[in-house]
Amino acid sequence: MSKPTLSTAPPEPRLSRRATGTTAVLPLVVKVLAAGALAGLAVAITPPLIAQQRWAFLAIFWGIIALLVAVYATGRAVPAKYLVPGVLFLVLFVVYPILMTFQLSTTNYGDGTRNSKEVTITRILGTSATQVEGARSFGLAVGTTGTLVDGPFTFFLVDEASGDVFRGDEDGLVELEEGDVTITDDVVTEASGFTMLSRTDINDAGKAGGGLDGFAVPTDTGGIIKAQGFKAVELETPLVYDEVEDTITDTRTGTVYTVQQSGDRSYFTDADGNRLSDQSWEESVGWANYVRIFTDQRISSNFLGIFIWTVVFAVGSVGLTFVLGLILAVVLNDTRLKGQKVYRSVLLLPYAIPGFISLLVWSSFWNTDFGLVNDLLGTDVAWLTNPTTAKFAVLMTNLWMGFPYMFLVATGALQAVPTELKEAASIDGANGFTQFRTVVLPLVLVSVAPLLVASFAFNFNNFNAIQLLTEGGPFTPANPTAGGTDILISYTYRLAFGTAAQQIGFASAISVILFIITGVLAALQFRGTRALEDVN
Amino acid sequence: MSNPTQQDVATTATAVKPALNDTRPHGMRWWTEIGWRHIVGILAVVYALIPVLYIISASVNPLGSVSSTSLIPSEISMVNYTELFTNPSRPFVRWFVNTMLIATVVVLGQIFCSALAAYAFSRFRFRGRRGGLLALLLIQMFPQFLATVALFQMFTMLGEVIPAIGLNTILGYMILLMGGALGQVWLIKGFFDSVPRELDEAAKIDGAGHAQVYFKIILPLVRPILAVTGLLAFVGVIGEFLLASIFLRETGVKTLAVGMYGVLDADRSNNMGWFAAAAVLTAIPVVLLFQYLQKYIVGGITAGAVKG
Repeated sequence: MSKPTLSTAPPEPRLSRRATGTTAVLPLVVKVLAAGALAGLAVAITPPLIAQQRWAFLAIFWGIIALLVAVYATGRAVPAKYLVPGVLFLVLFVVYPILMTFQLSTTNYGDGTRNSKEVTITRILGTSATQVEGARSFGLAVGTTGTLVDGPFTFFLVDEASGDVFRGDEDGLVELEEGDVTITDDVVTEASGFTMLSRTDINDAGKAGGGLDGFAVPTDTGGIIKAQGFKAVELETPLVYDEVEDTITDTRTGTVYTVQQSGDRSYFTDADGNRLSDQSWEESVGWANYVRIFTDQRISSNFLGIFIWTVVFAVGSVGLTFVLGLILAVVLNDTRLKGQKVYRSVLLLPYAIPGFISLLVWSSFWNTDFGLVNDLLGTDVAWLTNPTTAKFAVLMTNLWMGFPYMFLVATGALQAVPTELKEAASIDGANGFTQFRTVVLPLVLVSVAPLLVASFAFNFNNFNAIQLLTEGGPFTPANPTAGGTDILISYTYRLAFGTAAQQIGFASAISVILFIITGVLAALQFRGTRALEDVN
Repeated sequence: MSNPTQQDVATTATAVKPALNDTRPHGMRWWTEIGWRHIVGILAVVYALIPVLYIISASVNPLGSVSSTSLIPSEISMVNYTELFTNPSRPFVRWFVNTMLIATVVVLGQIFCSALAAYAFSRFRFRGRRGGLLALLLIQMFPQFLATVALFQMFTMLGEVIPAIGLNTILGYMILLMGGALGQVWLIKGFFDSVPRELDEAAKIDGAGHAQVYFKIILPLVRPILAVTGLLAFVGVIGEFLLASIFLRETGVKTLAVGMYGVLDADRSNNMGWFAAAAVLTAIPVVLLFQYLQKYIVGGITAGAVKG
């Protein structure tokens, strides 16, 4: 959305007025290009937004354009010219999603509750619908504005009897003019703004669980249009939804189904407790997800155990890497040492190799039968299948990956310690180690403390270190949801994107708690260090 | 520890004559003062290198399985490397190009935004400045991927309106990663602070506007820190796995992290050779970049902390 700010420098009006000659050309070119890109973007995006009735999106989009014009077209608020590009990205892709996460955490959104209530009702009516004699049938084509797999989908229908053309989705049916679409052999083959699905695509998306599974278009007369093979037919349903009473009545039997809660979901249920359908829908559940984290016995015990291990993992990673890095820095930081540069270059390697490679390679090192660790140690330990040894393996791997960074940090900090201080200490008769402990170490700690805090916060949510190494495992049959090395973020990831039923609302609630814990821990530690005192 | 201690001074003063112009210790003294450092250093080097050796060894192992790989290769073959360029179901070259393209664009964008903001925080005094700096520090503590679900929904919707930046697009993923646009502000600001203000003022007297001061005077002076922060961001983008695994699911748009993980995960015992060869080719440019910028890295990382 804010692409122009990415590729172009902020134009500076006053500069062009003041500067003369060639220096004035570049800012002007930049300004014209930026304005052109912005205008082009606005022209390109506005029509589809209006067509799809995305008013909130449209408002945000034009708000951003207005902001950019206000900041860069006027000479006021100079600091804003420098801040706006970055802040815009930060707000759009970090702050706003955080707020959205909070909003999601108060819903039951997830597998089985992905649809709105309206869509769910249409689908329920659709499943009970049957074909009646003389019903309309259509040549069917399916288009999408999104992906071929997940939609959103739209039916393009050509009435086989009359030749009328319709567009329909779960909101209803719209009649189209002849010229709107291209029709070949009574099937729509092209529609502007849509990607048409091939027959294979339709088959794939129509499979159970696919985006087209159960797709139904309601008609004005209370019927339902559904796909049957590569045709669509209008079906009649005995079920009638009453909007005022919020009930569904079966006109054949007279049974009335009302909305009943079950867990965090709602279903249409009759007086005897029989569900009309197992389909539920997304709705607000208030604080229920949060209550569940702390009251559901199994989850709260998982949560506590995982939380403790997350802290141990983060503290352990920072502590181990820092101690090893500091020792190496102290030992190798001697100007009389030949090959100092070679040592540094080689020790940098684990840090320079992309992390995902190291982690995946290490995961094979811990293999019981062929792993390098057992090979070199001559042992036969099943490292990753026992929770305790798996935790040890995770920490050891993170040590290898992280010590070069701490080595660099400690080297830099050591070199910044004033020589006079050390000399003064040795004149006072302190020996090498005492001098290090009482003079050098405190100074080093003060200067690296903020980096240690940042490193802690990073490891607290170090998803890669767990996912790529153990995937959270080992898992026990008794507790298949929480693994032996799971930290909070990997546990949350599995809840939201795992192969089991996705519980996105619930996972969002844990994310929000993670936000809070991360923020509080970081704030506490920053108060403990002096990092924030001299912000100027 | 690196400077001569009192003992050194004392010994040099009373040392035998030939040692007068050669202050390096010899014999036992060499061992107690320097030699042992080499032992520690060599141990550390071995520790750091073993996994690297293993990757290289696995990459030239023609069998390509974990069980047949050892630290010292028994047979050397380039079959894994040629496989990288010939197997269309694992398009290594495509993933490599994707990754480098994404990393380059995102890093340039992030450093550009960060440097701009850092300049504002360093040189201008405005309302909300201190608060903004602290808020930035706090927000940076929250990894973007904690909001993955919301981001997923957001880009699903964006894709419906503008398919070019939806899910499964490289452009969309780049824009997503621009959320970290202000990630390097603190580090860069520390460096701006160390550039004397007199420079700006002199230029302003000569009639330069603030943008001219920024682009022509300040920015060239802090090139080293821009290189270091760029490198850190580069490593971060290349290693980003979580968001990429959710946003980039089609083979053609995958990054190295997602693509290589998929290959190894499909058959952990037998795809090791392919993976190792890909790992070597991926790591070489990054390692070279690190070595090239090494002298700046030590200063750069600590500067952010020391100068706050």
